[in-house]
Amino acid sequence: MGTKRQFRVWRGDESGGKLEDFQVEVNEGEVVLDIIHRLQATQAPDLAVRWNCKAGKCGSCSMEINGKPRLGCMTRMSTFGDDEVVTVTPIRTFPVIRDLVTDVSFNYQKARELPAFAPPVGVAPGEYRMQQIDVERSQEFRKCIECFLCQNVCHVIRDHEENKPAFAGPRFFIRAAELDMHPLDARDDRKEMAQKEQGVGYCNITKCCTEVCPEHIKITDNAIIPMKERVVDRRFDPIVRLGRKIFRRDQLDDPASWAGAGTPAHAPAMSGASVPGGEEAAAAGVQASETAQWHHQTPLPQGPPVGPDGRLSVSEIAMDRSGAASPYGDDITFPLPAEDLSYRHPE
Amino acid sequence: MTNIERYAYDVVVIGAGGAGLRAAIEARLAGKKTAIISKSLFGKAHTVMAEGGAAAAMGNVNSRDNWMVHFRDTMRGGKFLNNFRMAELHAKEAPDRIWELETYGALFDRTREGKISQRNFGGHEYPRLAHVGDRTGLELIRTLQQKIVSLQQEDYAETGDYEARLRVFAETTITEVFVEHGRIAGCFGYFRESGNFVHFDTPAIVLATGGVGKSYKVTSNSWEYTGDGHALALRAGATLINMEFLQFHPTGMVWPPSVKGILVTESVRGDGGVLRNTTGKRFMFDYVPDVFRKQYAETEEEADRWYDDPDNNRRPPELLPRDEVARAINTEVKEGRGTEAGGVLLDIASRLPAEQVRKRLPSMYHQFKELADVDITKQPMEVGPTCHYVMGGVEVDADTGEAAVPGLFAAGEVSGGMHGSNRLGGNSLSDLLVFGKRAGEYAAKFAAANPHVRVSAPAIDAAVETALAPLTRGEAGENPYALHADLQQVMGDLVGIIRRQGELEESLGRLAELKERVKKVGVGGGRRYNPGWHLALDLRNMVIVSECTAKAALEREESRGGHTREDFPAMSAQWRQINLVCSYDGEDVHLEHKPVPTMRPELLELFEVSELKKYMTDDELAGLAEDGGE
Repeated sequence: MGTKRQFRVWRGDESGGKLEDFQVEVNEGEVVLDIIHRLQATQAPDLAVRWNCKAGKCGSCSMEINGKPRLGCMTRMSTFGDDEVVTVTPIRTFPVIRDLVTDVSFNYQKARELPAFAPPVGVAPGEYRMQQIDVERSQEFRKCIECFLCQNVCHVIRDHEENKPAFAGPRFFIRAAELDMHPLDARDDRKEMAQKEQGVGYCNITKCCTEVCPEHIKITDNAIIPMKERVVDRRFDPIVRLGRKIFRRDQLDDPASWAGAGTPAHAPAMSGASVPGGEEAAAAGVQASETAQWHHQTPLPQGPPVGPDGRLSVSEIAMDRSGAASPYGDDITFPLPAEDLSYRHPE
Repeated sequence: MTNIERYAYDVVVIGAGGAGLRAAIEARLAGKKTAIISKSLFGKAHTVMAEGGAAAAMGNVNSRDNWMVHFRDTMRGGKFLNNFRMAELHAKEAPDRIWELETYGALFDRTREGKISQRNFGGHEYPRLAHVGDRTGLELIRTLQQKIVSLQQEDYAETGDYEARLRVFAETTITEVFVEHGRIAGCFGYFRESGNFVHFDTPAIVLATGGVGKSYKVTSNSWEYTGDGHALALRAGATLINMEFLQFHPTGMVWPPSVKGILVTESVRGDGGVLRNTTGKRFMFDYVPDVFRKQYAETEEEADRWYDDPDNNRRPPELLPRDEVARAINTEVKEGRGTEAGGVLLDIASRLPAEQVRKRLPSMYHQFKELADVDITKQPMEVGPTCHYVMGGVEVDADTGEAAVPGLFAAGEVSGGMHGSNRLGGNSLSDLLVFGKRAGEYAAKFAAANPHVRVSAPAIDAAVETALAPLTRGEAGENPYALHADLQQVMGDLVGIIRRQGELEESLGRLAELKERVKKVGVGGGRRYNPGWHLALDLRNMVIVSECTAKAALEREESRGGHTREDFPAMSAQWRQINLVCSYDGEDVHLEHKPVPTMRPELLELFEVSELKKYMTDDELAGLAEDGGE
């Protein structure tokens, strides 16, 4: 009843591995994870793969299918052409344990470094009162199933091991945003922490994380950008910058002193005079939007850097490998022939 | 010589779902050094699959709700076979457990006054289920996970070590529990990642391993549900009760294979969906039992009028109780009028315009579109009964969660008694919070009062040998995947939703054969992350637990809740007084009859005598009158 299809599955461990070819039966209505299971049952009983619910709810079966980060249980075989070879590899950002299983402990480490929910002081259990509209913003982020596909696809840490210590990744930016927007969380320094400790500044908003999210969480728009913007606001607020020159560092670390220093700067906003669209709003008798970036000029649109031919550089797209170009030039292959080297090993 | 990592903890919690995490939180709050053993990654437990909500009589939506109403609903749902004390504690403590979650950071949906919103659910008299859309289980697990992280952060601030008092051993499976001098001494298992062995010295173990659904071919359960806790308890000398009671949902998907077992909500039928066999016949009209004859329509025309005019027409037979619908589907398939995949057709496409389907059943539409590429506005769904939950489990003391072996505790789906013969929707999430907390609390107390016992070296050697045996036999042994498929076939065909004496007897023979084959299971490959090896070890548990279910199902000659005997279709007041208790002698499962605990008079008074008459014997009712129960 099924048809034979060509599968290539990466097999190996941290010492190396390779893509192995399989001919495997595929039936109507199956997903990639079904095929992996069939491989286990018929050809490769020790093929390692993580999975649990098989319904897109637990986020265990993250893998890269034809190079795209996907959940194995949510990738239907019908999305491939009849004679298309399906290549399945482990998610690349994390070290391989075996076959399709990777060591994702990085994520659990980052989760620990982010301060947990701080319950409001003096509110007894059962006395929490929140409006639906206020909890909905955080609820969007609590849909996260921790498949870590966003972490995997994020180019800040994908192929950049060196950034991992300083960068928590999209999963934990939405966690920070969730707590920041939680109506009753007692901490008020979530944004500062995202900037100082989590490395939200590394993100340059390429939205790859949003694209791969199986829960369709608007990671970039609803979490990262709000976290970045407001942190940026404070850091580059001219009054705060002046404050930085006047106050000692220990005074600065207290966000309360920032707010105090910032008060005069907020005054014009009330008048509506210096806000984009503010004069009209003031004339109409309504308050201008508080979310507008009233205290710095909206930057003028800039043209992209183009070459003498008036075109964008396409070297990265035309490259035959991912990542940055080799500083030694792409025409050199390592290792170099030993006889060309000037190095002599000490006797 | 095998290297074994060795740890000492005050409390070891086996299982990292809702019950396990809640127990671990409580043990750590009591100051005990606690380990959590998780078969999967931390936070991936099967609890995430719970959609509806957590039942707790907070009275936020209807202020008339209270613990007594909840208690009454739970007992009715379980057909009075429940351990009344567990049902009572559950109903009383569930609201506190839910409110507590908010202090951990949970965000439930709200009412207009800003309180936790509660929704209606089958069997619950008032709106009672605290929920977050249809992902309440995920919210619960994430909240408990994050509370554990926050406790680890406190320990880090104090000691410089996140894992000083609370450590999660992710992707670790326990294969053996050690008992020395009649009480718990430790446990033994392996790390999936490395295949290395680990041994915990501990005076107190909390089992929170969930259910047994993976013994069935069509199930809504994940691969972890292999009855590990049930089997560990049996081998340690504890007992299981109510193992014959399994909850089957009548409409799980059977096709396409990728979604086999996943639930199709009852509202599909409520909104006009009809069941047809492969000849195109709307067969439910042939299955209306006499007791329901008056309430259900006899012609398609009348049934179809009901959706718009329920007052002047009788209900369509598709809306009969779950067990009736499941029985009907089962018969159609067994008599050859089912689909190739073993289901019948649930058709909403021809009944409602596409736009209406999308509007009324958004999550179903989305589920099939995304998971299965089935457009339910254009084609019918293939459905059949799916194994959903096991009511039976470790026999425990209601207040403490302690099993028959001192130091062994159980909470959540792995424990038995709370739900009687049938669980109400929403009662599982609150069950695991209430009894998870209790088990953790009493395990910590037990650990404080009892020092460690040393595990004898031969016991550890034997555990190593058992664990390595499938690898030693290698590929020459029985294939674990084939064995698993055979076991699922036996359980699905012979100990399924509708049971008959002949089939149950046959199943015992087949299970005995399987038990012998499981002893010869072998896998190739090494110890590092080898799923074949893991399955081989799980099979040992599945086969024992299946034997319990089959034996108890053969013994109980009545139909009640999650146990339907075609040859004994009625509920029996005599059988209501009996719990079937399973024990294990190292080779076979033995059954024993034990009385169901008798309800205290003040709890009995919550029910009308006319209702009790449906369940109780004349002797019990006579005693009731003397006690002054009205």
